[in-house]
Amino acid sequence: MMMKPERPVGIVGYGAYIPRFRIAAREIARIWDGAGGTPVDSKSVPGPDEDTITMSIEAARNALARAHVAPDRLSAVWVGSESHPYSVKPSGTLVAEALGATPWVSAADWEFACKAGSEALTAAMGMVGSGMAQYVLAIGADTAQGRPGDALEYTAAAGAAALLIGPAAEAVAVIEGTTSYVTDTPDFFRRADTAYPVHGHRFTGEPAYFGASRGAAERLLHDLGAKPSDFAYAVFHQPNTRFPQTVARQLGFTPQQIAPGLLSPKIGNAYSAAALLGLCAILDVAKPGDTIFVTTYGSGAGSDAYALRVTDALPERRERAPLTAAYLAREAFVDYAVYAKWRGKLVME
Amino acid sequence: MDLAKHWRLRHARYRLEGQRNRLTGEVRFPPAPPHPGEAEEIWEPYVLSGRGRVYSFSIVRQPPEGFEDQPPYLVALVRLDEGPMVTAQLTDCDLDQAAIDMPVEMVTRRLRDLGPTGLIVYGYKFRPMVQR
Repeated sequence: MMMKPERPVGIVGYGAYIPRFRIAAREIARIWDGAGGTPVDSKSVPGPDEDTITMSIEAARNALARAHVAPDRLSAVWVGSESHPYSVKPSGTLVAEALGATPWVSAADWEFACKAGSEALTAAMGMVGSGMAQYVLAIGADTAQGRPGDALEYTAAAGAAALLIGPAAEAVAVIEGTTSYVTDTPDFFRRADTAYPVHGHRFTGEPAYFGASRGAAERLLHDLGAKPSDFAYAVFHQPNTRFPQTVARQLGFTPQQIAPGLLSPKIGNAYSAAALLGLCAILDVAKPGDTIFVTTYGSGAGSDAYALRVTDALPERRERAPLTAAYLAREAFVDYAVYAKWRGKLVME
Repeated sequence: MDLAKHWRLRHARYRLEGQRNRLTGEVRFPPAPPHPGEAEEIWEPYVLSGRGRVYSFSIVRQPPEGFEDQPPYLVALVRLDEGPMVTAQLTDCDLDQAAIDMPVEMVTRRLRDLGPTGLIVYGYKFRPMVQR
């Protein structure tokens, strides 16, 4: 059922980050005999000095710059990811330190495959909505890995999105409600001591991605008394190009509604950042009064859905940091050899 | 492992935190202890904007120990908007793209990876300005 805090909350600032580098899907197919079509045109590749922490820092700086909120006013810095650089040592502490939010701040890492970032977002709503905190930073960031030659290698990408949650009165977009739909569904997993995840091929679609996305989305629409045509924009988790297009159609959203937030054809699947980056791209173009429907998805499996309404504060604030389009535009393509070196796919000793 | 050394440098490295003179407004980086006879409280912590221009640069092809996996890479002297000059790597920048007077901005990146049983060292680099 729908959840919303007693004290209204919203997004006070938002920030995107996408690495500069890309690899074309056809370049991966050149190496691994991709006889069929490719699931995306290209995917983002983190540079050799980038990881979940560095990308989180830049996205978070953009969110704080838009909000004009001083870092020492943050009550929590939470990083959702499946690619934290350390197994033991929080990403959140380093991100908080780089922002200048330490020491009077909660910092922690969240995990739930591709919806780790939206887990942090829902928790942030509760923290601010209870009055316990004024501002909480929820970040989704990943440098995802796919086994060389595996279908996942075409899409496993990198990016970060940061959402600064605060009181609705200060928001660029008020969050009107959320649902969370979770079942134990083993569509995709990685054991602790292995480098690459295992996935269930077609099982990852139905019942996993489609079942959970529809579950969360339909319930939120029902509880709000809303229908898809009531929303100006919609964004879904985007593990490839086709899945979000398909689930949007199943639910009754149009291609026009999802177009501004559909980034996967160019950057692949940014995992914990994927749907949240799509939301950032929508906030880059939305007008006051617009409504936005967001549905995330994480393997394991579950979805969170959110309904947002854009306020008059958005147009001025979005100019204070680079737009998602600026990060998309600076693309620099690398070949498979450079990609293999940077992503640690060469055995050196 | 120099854990304490890396820890002491974290504010300067992660967020380009220098110092500002409360009396004159002078900004300096990196932060330093007060001169003999100077009251310690004259210098307050001050986070620099991270904006600046390339004063000069070089391409490193013969790297020092610990940077063997990185060449060729760019090292620059960056004149920060607040006045100080810092030495740092340029990142997200092609070798033939670097130019004197190029506007750059600070980003926090991985400086070194001290191996599977060591720290990942993070700190400032500079890159060509992203369009705003």
